[in-house]
Amino acid sequence: MKRYVLIRFLSLVPLWLGISMLAFLLSNLAPGDPATVIAHRLSDAPPSEEQIATLRREYHLDDTLPLRYARWLGSAAQGDLGISYRTKEPVLMELATHFPATLQIACAALVIALAIALPLGVLAAVRRGSWLDHAARVGALLGASLPSYWLGYLLILLFALALGWLPVAGRDGTGAMILPSLTLGLGTAATLARLTRSSLLEVLGEDFVRTARAKGLSEWAVLWHHSLKAALLPVVTVTGIAFGHLLGGAVIVEGIFAWPGVGNLLINSIYDRDYPMIQGFVLFMGAVFTLLSTAVDLSYAWIDPRVRYANKRRIGR
Amino acid sequence: MNSRRKILASATTHAPFELASQGAETISLLAVGRPGIFVRLTRDWAAIVGLSIVFLLVGLALTAPFLAPHDPAAQHLSERLQSPSLTFPLGTDNLGRCILSRLLFGARLSLGFAGVTSLLVLLLGVVVGAVSGFAGGFLDAVIMRVVDLVLAFPLLLLALAITGFIGNGIGSVLVGVVSVWWASYARIVRGLVLSLRERPFIEAARAGGVTPIRIITRHVIPNVIPPIIVLATLEMGSLLLAISGFNFLGLGVQPPTAEWGAMLNDGRPFLRSAPQLMIYPGLAISFAVMGFNLLGDGLRDTLDPRLK
Repeated sequence: MKRYVLIRFLSLVPLWLGISMLAFLLSNLAPGDPATVIAHRLSDAPPSEEQIATLRREYHLDDTLPLRYARWLGSAAQGDLGISYRTKEPVLMELATHFPATLQIACAALVIALAIALPLGVLAAVRRGSWLDHAARVGALLGASLPSYWLGYLLILLFALALGWLPVAGRDGTGAMILPSLTLGLGTAATLARLTRSSLLEVLGEDFVRTARAKGLSEWAVLWHHSLKAALLPVVTVTGIAFGHLLGGAVIVEGIFAWPGVGNLLINSIYDRDYPMIQGFVLFMGAVFTLLSTAVDLSYAWIDPRVRYANKRRIGR
Repeated sequence: MNSRRKILASATTHAPFELASQGAETISLLAVGRPGIFVRLTRDWAAIVGLSIVFLLVGLALTAPFLAPHDPAAQHLSERLQSPSLTFPLGTDNLGRCILSRLLFGARLSLGFAGVTSLLVLLLGVVVGAVSGFAGGFLDAVIMRVVDLVLAFPLLLLALAITGFIGNGIGSVLVGVVSVWWASYARIVRGLVLSLRERPFIEAARAGGVTPIRIITRHVIPNVIPPIIVLATLEMGSLLLAISGFNFLGLGVQPPTAEWGAMLNDGRPFLRSAPQLMIYPGLAISFAVMGFNLLGDGLRDTLDPRLK
């Protein structure tokens, strides 16, 4: 297992190199001469030809692409992702100060999603074909179809404007966290509920469940002791992936609620053509997501011994 | 949506080849060479409802110029923010434009963008995936590493960043979306091709001296298309959500263009005073996405009835 963990984390290195190449190449898609763009963005007065030439030298913009990439990667490895055009702050600092807010609503959304999805999915599977199963199916369909950028406003209309229970936007107090997390979590709840249901149905059709029933165990014992653990395995993996998507989905939701996370940061950077910021975002989020998916994989291997042994054999070969 | 998760699962568990080719195997076993899908489809209520919704919306979009009571861009400044009436069946927006007409014309753009993107994604994914699976070796390895790289991000985030670099406008939104969404298709097509390659009829063609290009175009691609169409249907909903989302953020179409996401964006300042400006376009998007999701779910259930 230790060896497996080590190999999995080492395999992140080439992926991160790839992500850094992607982030670097993408920034070359930006229209206009880079030196002129930088000159315009760093000072309010129109820059002179001389200033532009100085910047070009200073940023080594005349070097070849691979050389510039190597230089950029070198400073990025030391934590220098450049200066934001918009806020004039270091990009990495901006990302680091905004990330906790995103993490906060993503975690809350995951808790909400699981709290809705697990009981609903299990009930729908156990009472297959009942009104509850149908209601859960309709709910899941709605959750998968309503755009978060609409659902968010519906929730604002209901809970903030009509009922006045919760604030419309901002990050003051725990109440402010509820609506963004709910907006974010409902879609995921739909996916997870459907998965829980189908996974449990599959397990309930297995031979060992029939055996358990045949030896006279109560339905409750069959469900609780024999089926749930096996049925929740795929749910665990998808929950990990869903968490990544919650972090991603936060981009749009944060905008609606003026939630000060990295998503809001990205959107504002896009509006403002803040290229170093967008580039830093790609690099940073790429690293976060790959780390996350590796962690999910490892947790899966830890929970399910079959995966562990399969991997051991593959690596041992 | 589930198959999207499955695809993503294969992307992030780093056992992509096994999982992707397993999925592809299921799809190919179920879809290739088994006629009567549409007959079986009509027995699935979800598929029927989904298909009806999609047909209805496409029909409305196509006939918008005849159905719309007004020009979607015409401003009736003396009749701003009107409630529904005979002249304006769904009322007017903040510039006195007929909401119903804007919704009808918006259907053309919202559905059109999703349709065009879906086709482009399909084309790119099938070609790249087929080449990768068929070529094997170094080229295959390079292509698959690029796919891994793209799928290491949540699709929407990378598409947003790419659009952010290219600049605003619906063109760059479509480029951003296509350059990200193709990757999962390429991986699945590659898996399908790998399993097809071992089939006797391909082996026979190869033994008979058919050129690789001809094998790809004549024997491989036709067998890959049916299962991929299912995937494309499943994906239409998420493409519509994504592209309308970009327009909602103001990155795509610019005012006064009537598009559902853009209409939502236009309605934002009036959430308190005239919530209907946001309610109607949101309903339209949800309805369309629901149609595609139902149709996709129905297709999948028909092809893979085990989990129904």
